[in-house]
Amino acid sequence: MNQEEIKTTINRRKFLIRISMGFTGIAAAITVVPVVSAFLAPLLNDQEGEWRDVGTLGDFEIGRTRLVRFEDADPQSWNGTDARTAAWVRRDTENRFTAFSANCTHMGCPVRWEADAELFMCPCHGGVFYRDGTVASGPPPKRLAQYPIRVAGSQVQIRTLPLPITHITD
Amino acid sequence: MNKLKKIGKWIDDRSGLTETILPLIRHPVPASVRWAYVFGSGTLFCFILQVVTGIGLSLLYQPSSQEAYKSLQYITQQAALGNLLRGIHYFGASGMIILAGIHMTRVYITASYKYPREMSWISGIFLLIFTIAMGFTGQLLRWDSNGVWSSVVAAEQLGRTPVIGTWLARLVLGGKTIGAQTLSRFYAFHVLILPGLIFILVGFHLYLVIRNGISEPPKAGRLVNPKTYREWYQGLLRKNGEPFWPYAAWRDVLFGAFVLLVIIGLALTFGPPELTRPPDPSLLYTTPKPDWYLLPVFALYALMPPAIESYAIIIGPLLAIIGLLVLPFVSNKGERSPIRRPWAVFGVICVVTFVTSLLNVGFKSSWSPDFKTRPVAPARSPAANPEISSGAVLFYKKGCQYCHSISGQGGHNGPDLSIIGRSWNTQQLQIQIVNGSKGMPAYGGMLSEKELAALIAFLKAQK
Repeated sequence: MNQEEIKTTINRRKFLIRISMGFTGIAAAITVVPVVSAFLAPLLNDQEGEWRDVGTLGDFEIGRTRLVRFEDADPQSWNGTDARTAAWVRRDTENRFTAFSANCTHMGCPVRWEADAELFMCPCHGGVFYRDGTVASGPPPKRLAQYPIRVAGSQVQIRTLPLPITHITD
Repeated sequence: MNKLKKIGKWIDDRSGLTETILPLIRHPVPASVRWAYVFGSGTLFCFILQVVTGIGLSLLYQPSSQEAYKSLQYITQQAALGNLLRGIHYFGASGMIILAGIHMTRVYITASYKYPREMSWISGIFLLIFTIAMGFTGQLLRWDSNGVWSSVVAAEQLGRTPVIGTWLARLVLGGKTIGAQTLSRFYAFHVLILPGLIFILVGFHLYLVIRNGISEPPKAGRLVNPKTYREWYQGLLRKNGEPFWPYAAWRDVLFGAFVLLVIIGLALTFGPPELTRPPDPSLLYTTPKPDWYLLPVFALYALMPPAIESYAIIIGPLLAIIGLLVLPFVSNKGERSPIRRPWAVFGVICVVTFVTSLLNVGFKSSWSPDFKTRPVAPARSPAANPEISSGAVLFYKKGCQYCHSISGQGGHNGPDLSIIGRSWNTQQLQIQIVNGSKGMPAYGGMLSEKELAALIAFLKAQK
């Protein structure tokens, strides 16, 4: 074998090694795709909000705020109680309602309505909101989020929303 | 016996176990390596304990959104020694975090991260991060109301990341809200992904000990010089090195046994953390609180100025991690002795004081409204004066008492008002109540004139 031939052989070997590695790489990459998709699946969910009955008109007194419980937009058949959620609903006038998210805008903890004090209070870091959802004191950076709410016949309905996330710009 | 020996020999010959492992565990270490070096192996003992007790728990636990809480109740109340198993796993996690912290502090104080052990430090930082992540995800797997709300809090924190915040929050929740996939995700993190990463990194961390040798205890004036260090270290080992096994390892083993006994003792005495309410995000009357090792962060969120908080949540940890990762590159030679590095020692004291203070205030959580407070004792509000009496009722009903205490009754978010009547006059009280302040709601819109007068009368009577 002369020098020229040796060089060609080595090049051929190198080429074949690279091809093999390349194929393995592609096979590995293809395998990873469904795993990555399982991880990213929540981002691909474009489930819209659903209107949920939360009570009849008679359940709400004008000027009062009360708790309503309903199911999230996208419950699975194997869901336990964790697909449930809650909101604070106030009947402002005969036909006007406001539905406040129960998640504090600070860290998402559950705010509770203190009827006598007319304040929403958060147990985690002491965030307090006025009855219209604006910040009264404590660390929350913005007012309580609100759900769309409507009256359909005699039913009061809330439209489910994703968990309200506070952003760095809020 | 002879036959057993023969079998043993055959296995050893074909597998080469002693041939491979003996030189590793008998690698020489400086003879002066003593008790200060047991914390790393102590952490490893805890990790092994966590793997073993974790396997035990996984035999009983149901990682399903519907069943997890019930299976936890079963483990705690019915399964044979299930309560103890949970207790050991809980205190094992605490032990692992504490020992990892002490190990890291020891490495920092003696500057063992310097040449040639930079990679040990860096892999250690990631191990610490993954260990804390294990603690957080593990606490969540209890899947009680605390678990549910902890995942919301995690999502909210990630949500503060610029631009991709909402995506990150949804990835951690496994959807737009808490739901069936949230628990599956955290289970995968806690049981597969994070332990897998920890296994790999622990392997690498230990391999580095063999490759670079354990750092010798520092001596003031003996500087690390990257050009000559390795040669000098080999000389040190030749001169007074001794095999790790058993001459140094006995301390690790003894300390490990001590740690295990303490953990089991704590588990027997105190048991595992109690389960809170069921995992139902519509049950709002609950007070979420993380396990103790995350309380300093929890406290920080309450105490940070709100204006910088959104930035601090993301940038703070990021800067801390970058700072730690950069450390062995900005200081990888020279003095190692803490006596000659007083600023390093001072820094450690500051960090330890800061974290323990936050932990302490985190336990008290005085910023949280005291929802369980009872009305102020009638003795404090003379019955003879009906205005004062109704003021006392209002003080309780209007939520003042959630944050202010009088004679030991009430919350601690605002000042104690037991003797407010001595120094504040009617006008001052009125302005404060009606307008509020930074940390207090303005009650102007929530009180009638009569109610306001009664409250003021009550407060003025507190002398």
